[in-house]
Amino acid sequence: MEGLVSLAVKAIFVENLALAFFLGMCTFLAVSKKISTAIGLGISVMVVQSITVPANNLILTYLLAPGALSWAGFPDIDLTFLGLISYIGVIAALVQILEMVLDKYFPPLYNALGVFLPLITVNCAILGGSLFMVERSYDFPEALTYGASSGFGWALAITAMAGVREKLKYSDIPDGLQGLGITFISAGLMAMAFMSFSGVKL
Amino acid sequence: MAQTYRSQLVDPLVDNNPITLQVLGICSALAVTSSMQVAFVMSLAVIAVTGFSSLFISMLRNQIPNSIRIIVQMVIIASLVILVDQVLKAYAYEISKTLSVFVGLIITNCIVMGRAEAFAMKNPPVASFIDGVGNGLGYGLLLMVVSFFRELFGSGSLFGVTILETVNNGGWYVPNGLLLLPPSAFFVIGLLIWAVRTWKPGQVEEREYRIQAVEAH
Repeated sequence: MEGLVSLAVKAIFVENLALAFFLGMCTFLAVSKKISTAIGLGISVMVVQSITVPANNLILTYLLAPGALSWAGFPDIDLTFLGLISYIGVIAALVQILEMVLDKYFPPLYNALGVFLPLITVNCAILGGSLFMVERSYDFPEALTYGASSGFGWALAITAMAGVREKLKYSDIPDGLQGLGITFISAGLMAMAFMSFSGVKL
Repeated sequence: MAQTYRSQLVDPLVDNNPITLQVLGICSALAVTSSMQVAFVMSLAVIAVTGFSSLFISMLRNQIPNSIRIIVQMVIIASLVILVDQVLKAYAYEISKTLSVFVGLIITNCIVMGRAEAFAMKNPPVASFIDGVGNGLGYGLLLMVVSFFRELFGSGSLFGVTILETVNNGGWYVPNGLLLLPPSAFFVIGLLIWAVRTWKPGQVEEREYRIQAVEAH
């Protein structure tokens, strides 16, 4: 249990997907102009991330890992090279299913998050989360925790960034830095602030 | 035709750079730039993937049904990335370890999808291939420039060859450790965008609010 809590804190603050690994930067910079949309996107990423990371963990353990197919009578098969294509397939399919389920059963939620869902398939943070899960060989409970907390960390970062940018548009910035340039630099300052969490141990 | 191929190849380098102007593919651009060697391998991988994915998608463009085109593009891109990943693991194992997940993340690199969607779906194969390679080169160029600054001032070397002798090895240069850490990549790219836009004022973004000049009384 303690291990899981410290994993969660590490995934949210120290190894923040957006600010320490630069994942999901395209959407991070493009959709952080208003706080309300940033929160919407943040929540969708969190939801999708907490579903896809454990799902990909199950795929890896029961289908792809060396010897994983022994339950089907093929103990010698190693399918890990199919990893990338399966993970992205799972992500695309799950996002599509989530969209349909939300549309059918939770229309208000669908209206709030619907526009962001297609964006999420190509969000590097989602695929990155699954790849980190594979690389660090998390087991199922760890994957569950990692998925939820890394998604939360990303949501936190984009909301904070949107807050900064809403204030920033009233300030007098040199012409060449206007827009993208100053956004990069403020993201850098935020990343430095998040670095001060490194070394925190629970 | 030769002229247009040439401009397709050269345009994305500065005038229409995927990173500084189109804001695509930043995710991996920042993470792999702490040393030039790694950035170089990453650029080669991205050039290969963008070029060939545009080529294949363009060859299939009349066969792909519109409603499932994203999935088809994803499958083509993912297969190419798997190839690149396997080649790197076979011939450059150390570097593929440093790149870790970022090779896999070429799949979700918006440049690849963006070019497939915006160019390759509408144009013949050869032009698409050149367009893909050009955008890959634009990405690679920015990666090399950023990693040049980060490696030179962060660890005093280029491609692992010492240029500025560091204090630890008895030299004179005190390395700036910040440049090896993630946040510095944001600063370097931000300043680079500033430099490019000062050079080419046409790329400057419109302000949302003008600061009003007030007459002095």
